[in-house]
Amino acid sequence: MEIGLNHYLALSAILFAIGLIGVMRRKNLLLLFLATEILLNSVNVAFAAISHYYGDLTGQMFAFFVIAIAASEVAVGLGLLIVWHKRHGNIDLDNMSTMRG
Amino acid sequence: MEVYLYIALFAPLVGSLFAALFTATPKKMFTGVIASLLIISAFVSSTILLMYILNGGEPVQVEMMTWMATGDLYIPFGFVVDQVSVTMMMVVTLVSSVVHVYSVGYMDHDKGFNRFFSYLSAFVFSMMVLVMSDNFAGLFIGWEGVGLCSWLLIGFWYHKESATWAANEAFIMNRIADLGMLIGLFLIYWNTGTLQYTEAFAAMPGLDTEILAWMGIFLFIGAMGKSAQFPLHTWLADAMEGPTPVSALIHAATMVTAGVYLVVRANPLFDLIPHVGLFIASLGAFVALFAASMALVNRDMKRIIAYSTLSQLGYMFVAAGLGAYWVALFHLMAHAFFKALLFLGAGNVMHAMHDELDPFKMGGLKKPMKWTFIMMTLASVALAGIYPLAGFFSKDLILEVAFVDHHYILYAVLLFTAGLTAFYSFRLVALIFHGEERYKLFGIHPHEAYKYMLIGMSPLLILAIIAGSFKMTYFEMVTALLPATEYHIHSHLTFWIMTIGTQLFVASSIVYAYKKYANNKITVPDGTSKMENSFAYKLLFNQYYIPYIYEEYLVKPYRELSTIFWEQIDLKIVDASVDGIAGIVYGTGEKTRAMQSGNLSTMLKWMVAGTVGLLSLAVVFGLAARYSDEIMAILSGLGV
Repeated sequence: MEIGLNHYLALSAILFAIGLIGVMRRKNLLLLFLATEILLNSVNVAFAAISHYYGDLTGQMFAFFVIAIAASEVAVGLGLLIVWHKRHGNIDLDNMSTMRG
Repeated sequence: MEVYLYIALFAPLVGSLFAALFTATPKKMFTGVIASLLIISAFVSSTILLMYILNGGEPVQVEMMTWMATGDLYIPFGFVVDQVSVTMMMVVTLVSSVVHVYSVGYMDHDKGFNRFFSYLSAFVFSMMVLVMSDNFAGLFIGWEGVGLCSWLLIGFWYHKESATWAANEAFIMNRIADLGMLIGLFLIYWNTGTLQYTEAFAAMPGLDTEILAWMGIFLFIGAMGKSAQFPLHTWLADAMEGPTPVSALIHAATMVTAGVYLVVRANPLFDLIPHVGLFIASLGAFVALFAASMALVNRDMKRIIAYSTLSQLGYMFVAAGLGAYWVALFHLMAHAFFKALLFLGAGNVMHAMHDELDPFKMGGLKKPMKWTFIMMTLASVALAGIYPLAGFFSKDLILEVAFVDHHYILYAVLLFTAGLTAFYSFRLVALIFHGEERYKLFGIHPHEAYKYMLIGMSPLLILAIIAGSFKMTYFEMVTALLPATEYHIHSHLTFWIMTIGTQLFVASSIVYAYKKYANNKITVPDGTSKMENSFAYKLLFNQYYIPYIYEEYLVKPYRELSTIFWEQIDLKIVDASVDGIAGIVYGTGEKTRAMQSGNLSTMLKWMVAGTVGLLSLAVVFGLAARYSDEIMAILSGLGV
């Protein structure tokens, strides 16, 4: 059996679903970052696959952009996370409710 | 000459703005002095313009700037000084100069001294715009401006309930009439395509008589409001709540004559529709008699003079309606002089009597107030039309016009009214100045007004005496613009019988008034005498119950209707729908605020829910767009 576009897209969809569930269920900020990374990379998989399928490099280029942005986002996010941990001693989402309306 | 035109027009505005700077500060003498000086400079400019026109100069016309230019509509701020407007300018600037000087003394102790001069000069500016404009739009601006200033000045003592009420009454009645005037202006614009006097009047002879009649009627409705003709007359008597110089300037000499000026100005229109003119004349004669009869029994000094003004306006409309425009304008001028004088004299009396208005409580004031006595007596003689004072030349001329035009009923009414005029004028003079000194009962020590007030009034006195001698000069001047019909009674005998008869009739009315009211038996009426209980007296004293009828049958039903509209329509439909929308917004906010718990995890869940929702919507719409033909087929099969 040859692995075609649909397999990649299915993988991407599964990864995206896992990421979404992670975003919803996780209470730990660090794991939340991991879930977001899964979301972003599921999309990268789809970009790369479709790009290859059409023989157009734009999708792959875009995937690189996403990786770069994801990296910087994680860098900032982790920095904030460490500061938070230093102040409060935990990284539990339920304690971060200073923006209550 | 243009520079004089601009000085005459804008000096009052400068005075008004200058005085307005000090409205919030205590009394400053110089605001009154500077405002007066600026008005006097406007008067001097007007005099120079009058001399120029009298010496045969061409009318001065300027177009200051474009006001509106859209499509075919072109309305400039244009001003013209011709024979008619220069007459009005003279009247307005002269009377307002006198009134300004007089007010410096009259408003001496008033807290609103600076504010008063600001309003008064603003009024003069509006009036100048009204009379000098060369198009109907400018006239309308001035028309509204004088209405506004009249409102401000009637309600000048705004802490008095009655003053604010009277101000509002005047303003609202004038609004009703102004609507008629606006419709008249629209008709003129639609049918002639312009609002410039000269062009509009040039186009009018080519129009249908019916349309012209409607134009005339609607313009006259506007004139009826400003000139307080029946049935819009009640505001003028109530307007006496304002300070007396205001009554003299606005409600006797200038603003109320704006209606007459409008008819005179629109003479090419009214010449084409003589039947409307006849209606105007008949209404004028009716008002002359109607107002004079109310003045017979009134017990308020200023109201008596106000009714007299109303009556004289009726005379002017008779002349204007019968096509004798120059006669109407001449009476307007003469009337402005002696009526303003009468009002200012009444102001002196009011000051002396500590704002007492009932002439029955005065009496014998000729000793302490000699000069006021002389001035008011002469003004009354002029008003009654005794030779050789101003009223004789202008008022008798109106009688002659009615006679020569074979309107004998109008003539009889006007003649009878002339007798009534003489009677009520001298009833007032006799009650105030002659007889026993009844004011002593009320513990008042009257004093004469300031010297400069009396000197300020003297130009009016002189003019009230000699204005008649200008008749021929004036006639030659204005007939360059107005129809030059001379009114001569052909038979010499008839002329002398009429003139002498009128004089005797008027003189006997005066003598009768003196006899009845200048004796020592007059007491303050207490409502017990036989005359006071007669039906005729009550009818006249209550102004034919017209204010009562207006209150009962117009104001109250209107108020009830408004209440119904408020409770049923405004509250239940308009407010309810607006409140309902607000309620929905509030309600959804109240219910959904739980979403904003501030917990990041909950928010993320909502975000995912939103993403899923939007994605599914995108999928549904995408499918619907792709299969739209099939969906349409299914829907039409279901009969949608």
